[in-house]
Amino acid sequence: MQEELEDRGFTVITVALDKSPEDARPWIEAARPTHPSLVDTGHVLADLYNIVNVPTVFWIDEAGRIVRPNDVAFGTDTFKHITGLEAARHLGALRAWVRGEAPALPTGASARELQRLPGETDQQARAEFGLGEWLHRQGRTDAAERHFVRGGELAPHDFTIRRGTMPMRGIDPMGPQFRAMLGEWVGQGNPYYRPLPDTKG
Amino acid sequence: MSHAATDATFTILDEGKPVTVPARVSGGTVRLSRKALEQALGWTFKPEGLCRGALCVPLRSGAAVESADGVDLAGVAAALGRPLAVDAAERAAYLGVGAGERARALAALEAPDFTLPDLAGRRHSLREHRGKKVLLVAYASW
Repeated sequence: MQEELEDRGFTVITVALDKSPEDARPWIEAARPTHPSLVDTGHVLADLYNIVNVPTVFWIDEAGRIVRPNDVAFGTDTFKHITGLEAARHLGALRAWVRGEAPALPTGASARELQRLPGETDQQARAEFGLGEWLHRQGRTDAAERHFVRGGELAPHDFTIRRGTMPMRGIDPMGPQFRAMLGEWVGQGNPYYRPLPDTKG
Repeated sequence: MSHAATDATFTILDEGKPVTVPARVSGGTVRLSRKALEQALGWTFKPEGLCRGALCVPLRSGAAVESADGVDLAGVAAALGRPLAVDAAERAAYLGVGAGERARALAALEAPDFTLPDLAGRRHSLREHRGKKVLLVAYASW
């Protein structure tokens, strides 16, 4: 995708919300990307863009404007049986937008209306994460745990906190504790992924 | 505060950047001298409110942000509309960015700039790509 479209004034930027560069390294090295592949241990991007889960994708135009806010897209169909989202569909729409053949959103849709804004509780949860992440880096893991838990209680929809802190807390982020959390959340009628309406199809 | 110099150190993470200042902690309340507040966060405590340069933020009337023991950090955070996470036992607090500021930026649909490192430690900013269309992808190994 990058190679195909970079001559048309396009780039991909990937940002790994991981606890260390070493967690992200195998993924980045396997992809051997020519585009910037960044690591964000402090969840700076999640705070700036109100990101509550991964993957989250944004389309940004030449003027630096968000033309397609927080959406869900996968690079492969590995999780298609769970998510119902096809990688090819996002790639096709992206290609058409980059080539100027199609708009970023369907006619009548407004990026402003689709852009979800953070509330005070979301930002309090992010402050708890920030404190926990710093304490964790200092080796003060018990104290870090308190703030990770508190952040998750404040923003139960924010899986960058609830799941994203699991590797720091010695919890398997694919294991039984995650599956129990997910089961409870989805069982209450909440979405784990929140794609835009036209992505959901 | 005449006794402020004897206060133990306290770390304030201002949007993640650590600053260490003397502070006294009792219960969950963190109090700083006016001088420590200015040193840590750049805000000066004045009768009309908190000031930084020409900008002054009024304090809610009747809010006892300052006492004989110093300025209440939580009161400062509330006046600035910023979230504060405190760990009194660890003598550390994180002062985040307020929902108002974040929501205004996102509602304007201007993609917030950021600077982050790649695996080689080289730093990249979104603004370096102005003039191009960008697919920004947040992902994780978890």
